[in-house]
Amino acid sequence: MQKLSRNGIEIDDTFAEAFGMRATAIIITAPSLKWARQAAITMTGYATSVIGCGCEAAIDMDIPATKTPDGRPGCRVMIFAMGTDELQKQLKSRLGQCVLTSPGSACFADLEGSAMLDLGSSLRYFGDGWQISKKFGGRHYWRVPVMDGEFLCEAKTGMTKLAVGGGNLLMLAADAEKALRAAERAVEAIEKVPGAIMPFPGGVVRSGSKVGGKYKGMMASTNDAYAPTLRGVVKSALGPEINSVLEIVIDGETSDAVASAMRAGLKAVIDLGPKRGALRISAGNYGGKLGKYHYHLRDLLP
Amino acid sequence: MKPITFTLRSEPEERLDLSALIPERLAGMSAAEIANLTVGTSRTPAKVGDLFKVTGADPSGIVFHGGSKRFDRIGSEMTSGSIRIAGDVGAYVGRKMAGGTLVVEGEAGPQAGSGMRGGRINITGNVGDGVGAPMAGEVQGMTGGLIVVGGRAGDRAGERMRRGIIVLRKGCGDYAGLGMIAGTIVATGRVGLYPGHLMKRGSLLFDRRPANLSPTFIDCGVVDIGFPALFDRYLLKEKILDRPLLGTRPSRYGGDNAVLGKGEIMFRRSG
Repeated sequence: MQKLSRNGIEIDDTFAEAFGMRATAIIITAPSLKWARQAAITMTGYATSVIGCGCEAAIDMDIPATKTPDGRPGCRVMIFAMGTDELQKQLKSRLGQCVLTSPGSACFADLEGSAMLDLGSSLRYFGDGWQISKKFGGRHYWRVPVMDGEFLCEAKTGMTKLAVGGGNLLMLAADAEKALRAAERAVEAIEKVPGAIMPFPGGVVRSGSKVGGKYKGMMASTNDAYAPTLRGVVKSALGPEINSVLEIVIDGETSDAVASAMRAGLKAVIDLGPKRGALRISAGNYGGKLGKYHYHLRDLLP
Repeated sequence: MKPITFTLRSEPEERLDLSALIPERLAGMSAAEIANLTVGTSRTPAKVGDLFKVTGADPSGIVFHGGSKRFDRIGSEMTSGSIRIAGDVGAYVGRKMAGGTLVVEGEAGPQAGSGMRGGRINITGNVGDGVGAPMAGEVQGMTGGLIVVGGRAGDRAGERMRRGIIVLRKGCGDYAGLGMIAGTIVATGRVGLYPGHLMKRGSLLFDRRPANLSPTFIDCGVVDIGFPALFDRYLLKEKILDRPLLGTRPSRYGGDNAVLGKGEIMFRRSG
């Protein structure tokens, strides 16, 4: 493998391998940003990986009151899944359990795509006949009476089939503190990229996985090649100086969004430097056979 | 190409049915053919050429210079393009209109936008009774689109409307939203007797407490909900109104409980 380096950090000449996904986006607003974020965080809880959660979801960005449909503070939430039916199912149940229930919340469509998914159109029945349909300005809303007033929800939102899931970066560092610092910097930078989310806790994964395992029924198991405690015991990808590895997984509305996010993350980790952050940056792939989208680190370097 | 322009020569001597002069029906017609269209309604009906000087060639935009209370059915069943009338119009302007825009720079007679399905009608002056209402025997009035009246509307505005929005900027007469099925009526200014009489669903949104509410409307109190702000933003953005209608915490009445009772009257609280 050819050596690449930036600011004293070694960059593996490899690529992140990602898959086509279906995605949708909504804006959740509330009387304050605190409560908008609360609804969004609750809605996107337990949504780290499609393998176990059915969908991947996170807040894309906060939206100031001046830019939301109803003039209250809000945030944009993105949800990704492998199929339309699963995406609809996840959207409906998460909306019903986490947004409808959250004080003062309202929900609006925020993606124009090739197909439509139900938002208020499926939740309206909660109104038990007292729900009110309103169409104006080319949009359709449902007003559902609830205990703190009304849940205002757009009827439908768009779905895109051009979304990409599984963009990633691996931060390899001398110790856990430095790996975490590098990961935090990358997350901070990627949060600013529109249309890209990091579904794992705080944007970071510590349990990167490989496909399959020795036990029957395990679809994924620990990525032993990157586990520092197994260096020397298994075929390791780590040199003697690496003692901690963290991963960031990125889902994007488009392939460009994933590339921009990875570019932003790479720059942040490189700017941090090897002394305080990562010694080496890599990316995860399956040899290029599984995913349609390949993001070569070489092309994304600052 | 310049829009087809009909300049009125003198006040017509009979009521006119101008429903033929809409963009899709004029498309592909020569000036001579247009001038030969019959628009009068008497035994010896007038033709377009008798009444108007016709200029321009673009049928997607139609202009009437000069109007009359005898101009009936302008823009009836139009689906696209635009019609502008610099003057008054008679009855049934925009009757069953399904798309496009219709602008009346003057007053309109009864049943403006009757049975309208889509598009937008702007009338700068007053309108007669039954704006958006059905004609006799029809079960529903307006089913879509937007009517903005700069002046005052007569009685029965939005009668039996099903969908769409009617905005009356200087109030309206009695029985606004009579038997309304659903949809939205906005009125700023004085509203006459018994708004929402026999309404099933739908919203009547006023800038003040209506003087005479039917006793079958029940006071739901002051509501703190998101819809008024969202709707106010729409009205301001589209320049339909120039200041917020309902404010943040309007009063709400539910009714008409003589029938289904799922409609609402919301109005801005004074002070």
